[in-house]
Amino acid sequence: MTARSQPHPLGQAEPQVRPARTRSLSRRLSGWLYGRRGLFLLILLLPPLLWLGVVYVGSLFALLLNSFFAIDPFSGMVVPEFTLATWAELFTLANFDIIVRTVTMAAVVTVAAALIGFPLAYYMARYAGPRMKAVLYLGVMLPLWSSYLVRLYAWKLILAKEGILSWAAGATGTTWLLDGILGLPVIGGPSLSVSYLGMFLVFLYIWLPFMILPIQAALERVPKNLLDASSDLGARPGLTFRKVILPLAFPGVVAGSIFTFSLTLGDYIIPGVIGASRLFIGQAVYMHQGTAGNIPLAAAFSVVPIVIMAIYLTAAKRLGAFDAL
Amino acid sequence: MRSDRRPPADGRPRAGWGLKAAAAFTVLFLHVPMAFIVLYAFTTEDQSYVFPPPGLTLKWFAVAWERQDVWNALWLSVQVALTATLTAMILGTLAAAAISRARFFGREVVSLLVILPIALPGVVTGIALRSAYGLADIPFSFWTIVVGHATFCIVVVYNNALARFRRTSGSLIEASMDLGADGFQTFRYVVLPNMATALLAGGMLAFALSFDEVIVTTFTAGQQTTLPIWMLSELVRPRQRPVTNVVAVFVIAVTFIPILTAYWLTRGSETTADAGGK
Amino acid sequence: MAAEVRFDRVTCAFGPVKAVDDVSFEIAEGEFFSLLGPSGSGKTTCLRMIAGFQYPTAGHVYIHGKDDTRLPPFERDVNTVFQDYALFPHMTVADNVAYGLMVRGVAKAERRRRAEEMLELVRLGGYGDRRPVQLSGGQRQRVALARALINHPRVLLLDEPLGALDLKLREEMQTELKQLQRQVGITFVFVTHDQTEALSMSDRLAVFNQGRIEQIGTPAEVYDRPQTAFVAEFVGTSNILRGPVTKRLFGVEGPVSIRPEKIVLRPDNEPAAGPDTGALATIAEVTFLGAATRYRVALAGDEATHLMVTAPNVLTAGQALPSGTRVRLSWGPETWQVLA
Repeated sequence: MTARSQPHPLGQAEPQVRPARTRSLSRRLSGWLYGRRGLFLLILLLPPLLWLGVVYVGSLFALLLNSFFAIDPFSGMVVPEFTLATWAELFTLANFDIIVRTVTMAAVVTVAAALIGFPLAYYMARYAGPRMKAVLYLGVMLPLWSSYLVRLYAWKLILAKEGILSWAAGATGTTWLLDGILGLPVIGGPSLSVSYLGMFLVFLYIWLPFMILPIQAALERVPKNLLDASSDLGARPGLTFRKVILPLAFPGVVAGSIFTFSLTLGDYIIPGVIGASRLFIGQAVYMHQGTAGNIPLAAAFSVVPIVIMAIYLTAAKRLGAFDAL
Repeated sequence: MRSDRRPPADGRPRAGWGLKAAAAFTVLFLHVPMAFIVLYAFTTEDQSYVFPPPGLTLKWFAVAWERQDVWNALWLSVQVALTATLTAMILGTLAAAAISRARFFGREVVSLLVILPIALPGVVTGIALRSAYGLADIPFSFWTIVVGHATFCIVVVYNNALARFRRTSGSLIEASMDLGADGFQTFRYVVLPNMATALLAGGMLAFALSFDEVIVTTFTAGQQTTLPIWMLSELVRPRQRPVTNVVAVFVIAVTFIPILTAYWLTRGSETTADAGGK
Repeated sequence: MAAEVRFDRVTCAFGPVKAVDDVSFEIAEGEFFSLLGPSGSGKTTCLRMIAGFQYPTAGHVYIHGKDDTRLPPFERDVNTVFQDYALFPHMTVADNVAYGLMVRGVAKAERRRRAEEMLELVRLGGYGDRRPVQLSGGQRQRVALARALINHPRVLLLDEPLGALDLKLREEMQTELKQLQRQVGITFVFVTHDQTEALSMSDRLAVFNQGRIEQIGTPAEVYDRPQTAFVAEFVGTSNILRGPVTKRLFGVEGPVSIRPEKIVLRPDNEPAAGPDTGALATIAEVTFLGAATRYRVALAGDEATHLMVTAPNVLTAGQALPSGTRVRLSWGPETWQVLA
């Protein structure tokens, strides 16, 4: 910094360098808080904690509490007295069926989502250039965030008896194949829109993005040089994939499966709109609280997916899934 | 998968055709169904979902435009989404600010609490709120819907805000205070401008999430009809297929705009919504 | 001169860890004072306590005679240049510089004028409308300086401000900083882990180790009269001798430090030039350094003890003594130092 001929700013006789500090309220308050960081954090946290703690957790407790009440069979009113009758009602064979059906569907959807989501996630993470990656990322993000109902509606159009799939089968002369599939026990039905197969397709379509993104995130974290090292050591590509990439991607798959499993488990709209008339957990909850007005039973029923998810999350945590979220 | 060849000239490995085909299939699977919705909005057929459409017409847009029930549902949805988003933005930002500022006991509990409303199946959140309203004798209203929506929207804002807080150098706040700005001035001149795009992105996604929500809403709305509830009733018992088709196209457009904006606002800086499920 | 900054038995603990442990020192008005030490030695925590970002858990911090121990940063007559510069990315360079005036309610035209003056001072005139991201590392550094000086602080704190710059730019900035300090005449407190930087720039420096001050003094005092083994080794390089060998060579008990360049080394066959202090040794290793040659020698009669000796290449034309040569080491009476 060369010395300048002009007087430098700090040397100037400034009339009033620093206006007399106004000790305003905000200044005093923030000064007081500055030395009390714990208190400041508490003030920040209080509104969200109150909201989530009181409104949300409080509601969950209300739910639990309700499950220990029962409905008066004559008046249809909830009797606020402690009883285990509602829980006893839950553990009936018919309800057990519902739970098995729902868990099976959630598991099948999860496995299928992992299978068809993996190649895209793998391509995005390893091969796509920056521009392609952005396009694909958006291509997964848009369906993830866009309207659930509209996307369900699209499948109602596609699966309808007079819809696109039937038309496509007719046009390609494969109607016999479609009829054959629909004729299969359990998964078949009078038309795709009222079969488990159709329901499965819709679940898969709606929750697939939730599987792709965590897998991609996990794969992105596989260092490139690790793969190079593996192939330098003479591993064939297939071996590198099996021994290096797959184990490292697995936490991502588990993370994604948390979403697909949980979302399928709790959904009641898809089984209501597409599918056979047999109940799923979500539908049972909805039905008991709605038409039957039996909130205690609905509450008890909704504890089931919470318990299942708690077991699932504990297992997932062991598998390291939370690092990939 | 025989795709891991040595890098060609551009330094990036090339994918095998099998992998490319599988990836392309998944992308098509995700997007083609949406295209059919758009096509059906123009069909002349109004009694079934027949494919291919017997003819194309624009008249259903005019019909839908005249429908007061659709407008009412839309207006309710917009009001709910705006109110819930605003609430979630305040609560989510506060939580993110606290979590990012210090490592304290119970930090994980707060994170869990924020994520819980989306981690648990929507039907659980719905019935829980419904039970609480029932126990507390709260009648259904605009606010019972908003409370539910705000609760699960917090996490979206929280994730975006937290990512930005972590990326923003902590010394910016110290620099501001060092130069004589008190806490409020620092918030106004430094924190808020730096957070703006992240908050806006979070708000956009929260809006999209709330605008579209149906599972929790069915438990908290009572007799009120939001746009998704209107659509759901049409899905269960189709009465006006052509109008539903038009509304579906409209919903696609309305939700795509905030999603794309949010992506654009945070592009290149942090992931927007990976962990922000529905 | 009055003490501009005074630490009176200051301790700062984070849980069980004492980052700063019972430290007292004074910094005089107008002084260029360095806090030197390895990372984690407590020097940055001390700086943060002067700035007010951190409050001590015990003791008092006085600024210009006033007890400011628990005064928030925005009430202190102290400004900081941050290690990462901490320029506000959403503001122009001029707005960054004028920030301190803006939050004090100075009118816009006045702010604009004063900011431009400050930018001139750091030789960035005309850069006011740019954004921080458009500037190089050295330029950002100057903006940070201008921003910190615009409030006319009593004390300017610099937290390893040159750490992010490359070597050449760093040396340039060292000179500029020193000139700037003379120009503006305020107290500079400079945190660094680079001992050459601290030696070349400071009027005085404090050497930190494990939360305590090992020694305070002028660069020459600290270099020539290190009081502890830590200082002797951290500031410059040193031979530290312990045990009976010190009695034989220096006639004292306790550890002794002697700098490699203070030892005169000549082949044993040459006649001694001065009073015969010194010892016989054998060259074990030779390293050519350009301006000097560094020898590692093993003491005769005490072969396990090795000493480093640097000899300037004044006369030799690249011809160092070969390894294995018997040499005589000698040193002047004031060149070595008994350590605490």
